Amino acid sequence: MTFLSFLISGLSLGSVYAIIALGYTMVYGIAKMLNFAHGDVIMVGAYVCFFATTRWDLPPTVGVLLAMVVCTALGVLIERLAYKPLRSAPSLAVIITAIGVSYFLQNAAQLLWTSNPKVFTSVVGNSSIKLFDGGLTISVIAIITIIACIIIMAALTWFTGKTKMGKAMRACSEDKGAAQLMGIDVNFTISVTFAIGSALAAIAGVLLCSAYPTLMPTTGAMPGIKAFTAAVFGGIGSIPGAMIGGLLLGIIEIFGKGYISTQLSDAIVFAVLIITLLVKPAGLLGKQTTEKV
Amino acid sequence: MKKIFCVFISFVLIIGLLSGCGGSDSASSGDDNSTGKNEEPVAVAFKLGGTGPLTGGAAIYGNAAKNGAQIAVEEINAQGGIKFELKYEDDEHDAEKAVNAYNKLKDWGIQISLGSVTSTPGVATSAETFSDRIFALTPSASATAVIEGKDNVYQMCFADPNQGSASAQYIVDKKLGTKIAVIYKNDDVYSKGIYNTFASKAKELNLEIVSTTTFTEDSQTDFSVQLADAKKNGADLIFLPMYYTPASLILQQAKSIGYDPKYFGVDGMDGILTLENFDTSLAEGVMLLTPFNADSTDERTVSFVKKYKELFNETPNQFAADGYDCVYAYKEALETAGCTPDMSAADICEKMVEAFPNITFDGLTGEGVTWADTGEVSKSPKGMVIENGAYVGMD
Repeated sequence: MTFLSFLISGLSLGSVYAIIALGYTMVYGIAKMLNFAHGDVIMVGAYVCFFATTRWDLPPTVGVLLAMVVCTALGVLIERLAYKPLRSAPSLAVIITAIGVSYFLQNAAQLLWTSNPKVFTSVVGNSSIKLFDGGLTISVIAIITIIACIIIMAALTWFTGKTKMGKAMRACSEDKGAAQLMGIDVNFTISVTFAIGSALAAIAGVLLCSAYPTLMPTTGAMPGIKAFTAAVFGGIGSIPGAMIGGLLLGIIEIFGKGYISTQLSDAIVFAVLIITLLVKPAGLLGKQTTEKV
Repeated sequence: MKKIFCVFISFVLIIGLLSGCGGSDSASSGDDNSTGKNEEPVAVAFKLGGTGPLTGGAAIYGNAAKNGAQIAVEEINAQGGIKFELKYEDDEHDAEKAVNAYNKLKDWGIQISLGSVTSTPGVATSAETFSDRIFALTPSASATAVIEGKDNVYQMCFADPNQGSASAQYIVDKKLGTKIAVIYKNDDVYSKGIYNTFASKAKELNLEIVSTTTFTEDSQTDFSVQLADAKKNGADLIFLPMYYTPASLILQQAKSIGYDPKYFGVDGMDGILTLENFDTSLAEGVMLLTPFNADSTDERTVSFVKKYKELFNETPNQFAADGYDCVYAYKEALETAGCTPDMSAADICEKMVEAFPNITFDGLTGEGVTWADTGEVSKSPKGMVIENGAYVGMD
């Protein structure tokens, strides 16, 4: 029974990591850049939804949609202002810029909304399903998060694999120069990638805060880093990998806490990560590619 | 284009350089004023400075202490007599930045210090104030390391060990629980400090701790394992030595697994009711030891809370009250010692070291507050319980 309840806790935590990791991996896979500001876009999404549902009393669905719209606009804007001028710069410069954007968003949020934590009202309520006479509880939000994860994963796989836009994305990911020569608008394609990634961030923000309802300007930072770890674990750039990596990370974290020690849980998570990367350097589902010279 | 940019940047740098010089100039002229007191009595106000996290994750504490101190300064300045000039510098809850912020205050000509708001920076700045002989009274840096071995650093808040042992004593005295679970934050000196003394006091009093679990800054979202452990071991009271943000998650998650123990918190729990949109029914019955109660009906608290709400649009927490009390305690000590604003920081410091152990202070966070010459405060924590979304005294 303990095992099962830990497994469920791990799955709910992991599903939140997974949904954030999907956005990370999507942007990385196409634009080949680590968008460290992803976690903070999540925070913005959660704030927008919070204000919509709590302050203006809009229904949750409208709140989520509004968060998606705002985050999409924000993502495109960040891409245009911060990343586009660095398209041909070395990747290290882009990473530093992304960290800068992350700090900018956190501090802007603090100015706008103050650092006082707010309590997010879950968009689906706080109900949970009780099994075995209350011995086992599964919260509805965890189930919704896992379902949302699967749907998003399937949709993204279909989108990048089957649509014309997806084809353009894959082309850009492989070779930007060649894609441009073939008549693909590289800048537009990358903007679309950011738009999708940021819309996913909004959903992730709402689900993250529905499950763990403290909302403050640093809310997205730590889950963002954990999700990045999950994305690397699953193989960064691989969409199913992000999902599996996220879920496994959550489960390992909870099992580490539950069966070994609450003090060592993070050490255990990262030890597993290091071992995995030693055996499979590209992550669980990552493709080993040789650099073309 | 690039050239213009370079020229622009070099201008900016030159201006920065010049203004840097200007800063040190004014500081040295300030020193002149304080030494050449007979000729020009320019200094009319004590320069009171402090560092605290005004931005970043802990900004709520720094801003509260600063705002509280500011209200006190305005009140005192309006009364006539002693005057203060208050300056707060941002330390972002970071030890290194706190020392930089403190150095800025020194350039400004700080005479007496409010130390740092939080413990980690407090340890760093108190070492500086000790070697510079500037007296410091910190509103809320509660770790013992802040005052340890420093004769001129004092605390307005309870020291962490006091809170831990007082909590254990309180639980035993009032028979609040028999099987105790503790969840504490492993990477935080505040939380860990309280836990350590709580555990040793509990042992002394034969209070049984059945479950001890931890979390860290990086893992303060999911508490299912910690709560499952407490539940499995049949704990009837959970001791939560932590700030209210993680505590609010613990309350919510315990409810969702259908676990309903008693909760006992420390001063960091104060503020849980001010969390925007928080379901206060979750905190129903939560007990805590806190020096300050914003719902108290005594005249001073009422007027302070009213002013604070008018100016800053939120309910003050204990950090604000500690900041407020610090300034008033200074006023009392400075008056007792007969200090004047034209004295040097080191002279004031010597007077304060003599004065503080001898004064008795009545403030928002306690009546008849006294200090030991180690800098440790002695005031009795008030036991509070949350009933119908408000604090009610337990004694």
